[in-house]
Amino acid sequence: MTSRIEVRKTLKLYIAGAFVRSESGRTISVQAKDETVNVALASRKDVRDAVRAARTAWPNWRDRSAYNRGQILYRLAEMMESRRAQLIEACRAAGLTARAAEKDVDEAIDETCWYAGLSDKIEQIFSTKNPVSGPHFNVSTPESTGVVGVVAPLASGVAGLIAAVIPPLCGANTVVCIASDADPFSTVALCESAATSDLPAGVLNVLTGRRSVTAPHLAAHMDVNALGLWDCEPAERKELDIAASANVKRVHGYKAEDRSAALMRNPYRVVDFLEIKTTWHPAGL
Amino acid sequence: MMTVDAVGLEERAADLAKRSIKKHAKIHGLRIAIACIDLTGLEGKDTPGRVAQLCRKALTPDSRDPTLPHVAAVCVYPSLVSAAKKALEGSDVKVASVATAFPSGQSSIAVKIEETKEAVADGADEIDMVIDRGAFHAGRFREVRSEIEAVKQACGPAALKVILETGELGTYDNVRRASQLAMEAGADFIKTSTGKIAPAATLPVALVMLQAARDFERRTGRRVGVKVAGGIRAAKQALQYLVIVKETCGDDWLSPAWFRIGASSLLNDILMQLWKERTGAYQSDEYFTKD
Amino acid sequence: MTEARKTKAAIRPANGRLAMTTPADLARIEAWEYAPAPEARDYLAIQPRYELFIGGRWRKPKSGRHFTTINPATEETIAEIAEADAADVDRAVGAARAAYDKYWRRCPPAHRAKYLFRIARAIAERSRELAVLESVDGGKPIKEARDFDVPLAAQHFFYYAGWADKLEWAFPNTRPRPLGVAAQIIPWNFPLLMAAWKIAPALACGNTVVLKPAETTPLTALRLAEIIEQADLPPGVVNIITGSGATGAALAGHRGVDKVAFTGSTEVGKEIARACAGTSKRLTLELGGKAANIVFDDAPLEQAVEGIVNGIFFNQGHVCCAGSRLLVQESVHDVVAELLHRRMQTLRVGDPLDKNTDVGAINSAAQLRKIEELAQSGDADGCTRFQTECDLPARGFWYRPTFFTGVSMSHRIAQEEIFGPVLSVLTFRTPDEAVEKANNTPYGLSAGVWTDKGSKNFKIASQLRAGVVWSNTFNKFDPSSPFGGYRESGFGREGGIHGLLPYIEARP
Repeated sequence: MTSRIEVRKTLKLYIAGAFVRSESGRTISVQAKDETVNVALASRKDVRDAVRAARTAWPNWRDRSAYNRGQILYRLAEMMESRRAQLIEACRAAGLTARAAEKDVDEAIDETCWYAGLSDKIEQIFSTKNPVSGPHFNVSTPESTGVVGVVAPLASGVAGLIAAVIPPLCGANTVVCIASDADPFSTVALCESAATSDLPAGVLNVLTGRRSVTAPHLAAHMDVNALGLWDCEPAERKELDIAASANVKRVHGYKAEDRSAALMRNPYRVVDFLEIKTTWHPAGL
Repeated sequence: MMTVDAVGLEERAADLAKRSIKKHAKIHGLRIAIACIDLTGLEGKDTPGRVAQLCRKALTPDSRDPTLPHVAAVCVYPSLVSAAKKALEGSDVKVASVATAFPSGQSSIAVKIEETKEAVADGADEIDMVIDRGAFHAGRFREVRSEIEAVKQACGPAALKVILETGELGTYDNVRRASQLAMEAGADFIKTSTGKIAPAATLPVALVMLQAARDFERRTGRRVGVKVAGGIRAAKQALQYLVIVKETCGDDWLSPAWFRIGASSLLNDILMQLWKERTGAYQSDEYFTKD
Repeated sequence: MTEARKTKAAIRPANGRLAMTTPADLARIEAWEYAPAPEARDYLAIQPRYELFIGGRWRKPKSGRHFTTINPATEETIAEIAEADAADVDRAVGAARAAYDKYWRRCPPAHRAKYLFRIARAIAERSRELAVLESVDGGKPIKEARDFDVPLAAQHFFYYAGWADKLEWAFPNTRPRPLGVAAQIIPWNFPLLMAAWKIAPALACGNTVVLKPAETTPLTALRLAEIIEQADLPPGVVNIITGSGATGAALAGHRGVDKVAFTGSTEVGKEIARACAGTSKRLTLELGGKAANIVFDDAPLEQAVEGIVNGIFFNQGHVCCAGSRLLVQESVHDVVAELLHRRMQTLRVGDPLDKNTDVGAINSAAQLRKIEELAQSGDADGCTRFQTECDLPARGFWYRPTFFTGVSMSHRIAQEEIFGPVLSVLTFRTPDEAVEKANNTPYGLSAGVWTDKGSKNFKIASQLRAGVVWSNTFNKFDPSSPFGGYRESGFGREGGIHGLLPYIEARP
């Protein structure tokens, strides 16, 4: 006889700042440590809805000051820090050892902090005033590309998810992320942190379920500007590249090995999702 | 033509909006605001009955406080001018009528003139016309101007307010240019908006128009008033507009002779603020009449 | 605090349009005065006496001496402040050196970042308290302290927090290393903000700090010390010692210091440069200015006038980069002067704690005397004075916003920094002449250019010998934007990537 019956959580999709079931109504069963959990199985229509939410949220996210975005990402780190125990438990539910879970969560928080501090520096690092010949003022600056589709790393844990979504967010993009099949637990716990940070609705959207179902639709979607693809097999990658070519998406692929601290905390991860604009202006009376 | 730097203008407007208006200054300001309101009813479903109720509210905004001023005017569609006139008989509250194919202005000049004449014949004290934005954006400024002059003629004894529909003009430079044009064409008031589209009145737009009016008076000796309309629902906003009027043009513009606020629900919010000042408690809108 | 002169009801019926102006309407017209809107200060918890913040503890000064800090708006004493002498300076530098050697130089950069983030957040959380304290101690309007000084100080810490663990990205192909102990001496015009400008980049780069706030405005720096304690910053990383000019000289001259950063007058800056001569101390100076605000005939005039007003009357003109010379194209001189005169009359001078006050108190009796002396030279030299007409409080140090027309480059008020709400108006005829006059000064801190023509903006900006050029705007600051002067306005930059340079050794 148990002394108390727990209130079990439904693991849902995170779209437009809210936790919703799949429009298909379908779920899959995923094994946690000691129970079986029903997780929303995202469909192609959920991809559609998520992209729409991301596109709607983009102008506001992009038009904020870089400082404001940095503050919001810092607030996300604050929320994660305050939920550290929950995030660790989620990682353990996905099969990580206690030590590995702690390391993973601390890395995720610190990485979020790192990118929060990068937000108002990216433009300085990657802008140039170009010494063109002639009486013109010429400047190149980076801008966000728009809606970025992300396929998260396969491995369980929060850090992988953060590594995949934070760089495009830092660059003022909005994100639709297909989470790891194996670990909806960390995914949902992280989304809860996001939902309680000041991240505006629709800036980050995360779909649980099976990447094989949703990734092709994300890659083919005409209103997605770029893709960040983690841990894709060559055949899978080729298929997604072909789909992406329909609207000339910028596609970047990453592997699990890319996730060492030295390689992850890297402004070029943000540059992957930026466009460079060069403007000319005469300088004369 | 005086050009306008949008960033600088918006900063100045934001700065003026920071003025802290408290206690007796707040009460005084709110009373001025009431006196400057054109209480507006412009719905397709308006009837003489509805207009009569609007006029009652215009005369006695708060039956619990007879010391309050009445509003400056009511603003209605031409077909309801007679009803308004009847309901306001014997009072100082003016009847303003929209005209010239309000709100779009997309009609022939003949129709617009006729509509104006009918409204005036029915007793309208003021006419709120709209400028031809199509012609404006096409660069046909002389046409815009001559239309205003023609409507002014048709007004006879009635005063003319010219609605620029600033939300459609696109830039503050255009707002300044349209203001200038309307004043030169004989407007008695320049007005921001029809209230039928967004954005309607904003603090920076009002600032540009007040600057234009102030400069026009200095150059020509003739003073043209300014009316802000559309989207002004909170007493706090009304006070912000009064600050801009005061600090741009001077205290003597703080009167219905030179400044109007076209609004409807604003009136109750002002009453709620006055009661809050009186009692110290925040109010519920259920205690104020919705006419 | 009284309103500017009451305006008379000057009503002209529009074209005899009596429908608009009934006697009842006329009767309603009266001046609308703003009621006092004072910001509360009772919760400030100001101690009667403050000591020195050294090695993470509050220590009495060796001499036992204290001096008073007053509220320049009322002349009341606010608190007693410790006076640090050479022995205290020695203690402070020692504490900074110990902290540097024992842990700060080895502290992981990500940890430095987190401490700085904490300080940034704490400033934001305690922002109202800091703003009121700043206003009370220095005389600046609460509106400015609340909306400008304090938020920008928090942002400065936040910005530099983000660089602490990314220095290799600011300086590619190097392993940037800290310098050691930084001696930092700041002025009284933006006390908290200047403390942020100094401490944040120094710490981000791995240095430790001894900061000496200005004699007349120590309180917010001391409150910052409390915030630093609250953030659990290791003891000795930041030390704050109060005192007079002598304390500053002792600090800058101390042999145990690796870096000196000074913001203040050009005269004292030169003294400090002399004191550092022959040593290996790295030095940055941010000194005075006599900035030209250039208004062309094709400027957006209303906004240009706002820029002029902001440029010289913001913070009572106690700004090194103040637009203290208006260079206006002769063809629009009269229009601009009139717009300016009229606009100035709506400036509200008085109680800094009143939320509607635009111009506060002059920081000290000494500064007031300087302003008066220089302004009188303008009168004596035959320039025409315009001043706002407003009542001033009986006690405190005040100067009405003023401008002089008919000024030439050879007048003292066109050359010497007044550091008060006094503007000198000169004319020019061609762009070349404007540039020549603008550059014709030993200073070179900032300049303003007002024209609607983009290409002219870029061209003039490229010709001005000033560290900061504001086009169609003025007095804009951001932690990411480098600030600093040419020539006798100093060297080195604060803000942005360039603001990190003075605090590192950039070596491969």
